[in-house]
Amino acid sequence: MEPFTTLRSRTVVLPAANIDTDQIIPARFLTTTTRTGLGKNLFADWRYEESGAPRADFALNRPAARACQILVAGRNFGCGSSREHAPWALLDYGLRAVVSTQIADIFRSNALKNALLPVVVDESTSNWLIANPGAEITLDVAAGTLTLPSGVSAQFPLEAFARHCLLHGVDELGYLLTRADEIAAYEARA
Amino acid sequence: MARAPQTLFEKVWRAHEVSPESAATPAVLYIDLHLIHEVTSPQAFALLRERGLPVRRPERALATMDHSTPTLTAQVFGGAPIAIDSAARQVRTLEANCREFGVELLGLTHAQRGIVHVIGPELGLTQPGKTIVCGDSHTSTHGALGALAFGIGTTEVAHVLATQCLLQRKPGTLAVNVHGRLREGVTAKDLILAIIGRLGIAGGTGHVIEYRGETIRALDMDERLTVCNMSIEAGARAGMIAPDETTFAYLAGRPRAPQGAAFERALDAWRQLPTDAGARFDREVDFDAAAIEPMITYGTNPGMVIPIGGFIPERADDAAFGQALAYMGLTPGAAIKDQPVNVVFVGSCTNARLSDLRSAAAVLRGRHVAPGITMLVVPGSQEVKRQAEAEGLHQVFLDAGAQWRESGCSMCLGMNGDLVGAGQYAISTSNRNFEGRQGKGARTLLASPITAAASAVRGRVTDPRELT
Repeated sequence: MEPFTTLRSRTVVLPAANIDTDQIIPARFLTTTTRTGLGKNLFADWRYEESGAPRADFALNRPAARACQILVAGRNFGCGSSREHAPWALLDYGLRAVVSTQIADIFRSNALKNALLPVVVDESTSNWLIANPGAEITLDVAAGTLTLPSGVSAQFPLEAFARHCLLHGVDELGYLLTRADEIAAYEARA
Repeated sequence: MARAPQTLFEKVWRAHEVSPESAATPAVLYIDLHLIHEVTSPQAFALLRERGLPVRRPERALATMDHSTPTLTAQVFGGAPIAIDSAARQVRTLEANCREFGVELLGLTHAQRGIVHVIGPELGLTQPGKTIVCGDSHTSTHGALGALAFGIGTTEVAHVLATQCLLQRKPGTLAVNVHGRLREGVTAKDLILAIIGRLGIAGGTGHVIEYRGETIRALDMDERLTVCNMSIEAGARAGMIAPDETTFAYLAGRPRAPQGAAFERALDAWRQLPTDAGARFDREVDFDAAAIEPMITYGTNPGMVIPIGGFIPERADDAAFGQALAYMGLTPGAAIKDQPVNVVFVGSCTNARLSDLRSAAAVLRGRHVAPGITMLVVPGSQEVKRQAEAEGLHQVFLDAGAQWRESGCSMCLGMNGDLVGAGQYAISTSNRNFEGRQGKGARTLLASPITAAASAVRGRVTDPRELT
């Protein structure tokens, strides 16, 4: 994985709370056997008309959104299924971070495995971001900060090992494989 | 020195620590049983192939196919091609991966195939004290037997295939204490819907739930599986119920449970698992079972749930709430009872075990599905199907005008083409009522098998107690 240190980008905002993984990538697109190409179906049922034409009023369809790498969403983003297709679709679209006041456990874990940064912020920071779509903000992984255009920063929590993996581009599978002797010892005593 | 009292979760967790967590690193947690299905595994096997890695312990994995598989007999057994090409490709990919990596597969025509969370317990593979994972959020189901079982993503599927381990931070513990007796016509599905309604769909985030109290002890194993299944709908990592005589009786004699003397030895270990007196949970919540009514959802997440005799809440200042009701085509303040429905689905890892089918059949016996209603009954496994047919339940469903299918996830998520039409209302015994879950524009009302069956008879939302 590429190291993830900082990200400066404008935001695209989906204010709804409880955006579940069925919205992020509907089940009918899960019959794929690869992890690529899911971006075109990201939020498919919100993003396209019956005819397949993009809905002009949907935030991700606005021309400015194409350059945005940070998604700001309402509370409890990514609830529902364990499909890793959800972070794959977000990344394939071009997003690299999701900001919410709460992010569901499995989605968060899947996001980190793919260097999609889950950012959980306090309510007032979130409210400001939702009210100001397109704001240019900076995410700093080492410091665990989200910095608003005003220069005010909010802290976001990041588990120590996840931070290490992001900063150094460490692949968890590679790390786990270095623990093979301990795993064998466990198997011998269990 | 006596050790500090521990919860069921802590005992299972500690017994599986290859190394405990530290400030800098998560625990390396050993996984006893890895269940695999066709949708979330292809990219994991591909990762192993890219890195030249074998499956470390193939005997600890079991694969089956359920999500994208057809439920029409002609496509399962009759040689007719699977209607969706990409689904057919997924099925073939799983077959090839299992062959290449030496993983046992209960394939499309296998007599023991079924929904992964139905066959684990049914085969006796799901056992107290085990760690169990699967690339599916409803893996929480297996906690009903006192296992620590949770859903993982595809990258983690690869981790388990390659190392039999996962890197995990220890979650918190949440005791859900349920006291009193469930009333007549109130099922385990109603209980868990009521719990989710109160906890909220993110209320369990970061926690493992242990369901406790005499109401839980009185549930049979199928009912416990229904309760633990929906733990994820409260946002919880897992749900667990302490093993007891109900658990042991359920497991005795199952094909992949320990047999004979080994079973007796296992019992000694399993009896040590329940939470010790005095053990502390990070949070506790109490429920009065006798106050719970048959429940039904009205919105677009499982926490939007009310008693079947209740009224849809009014929240004029909540835009998201308004949007959910607009999607559902329902009116704030209106009764949910008598809402017309188009489709009735009895199935899924939540409610497609034998007792679920028996209870739905009991409502339908001698009755008929209302004109214009499509009703699908999809058993949770081929074994459930066989047992149901041995009892003649399939005939009850067919006589009532319902369709009787081969097992699979089917209309719960519509991946296989079993879909609810746009704008149509479905009463479903499944676990998610998200927008578009059962088909684009489909409107899902989650309920118990008896509520679904009663509603099928009347063609509108019906309190099952009116038909018994």
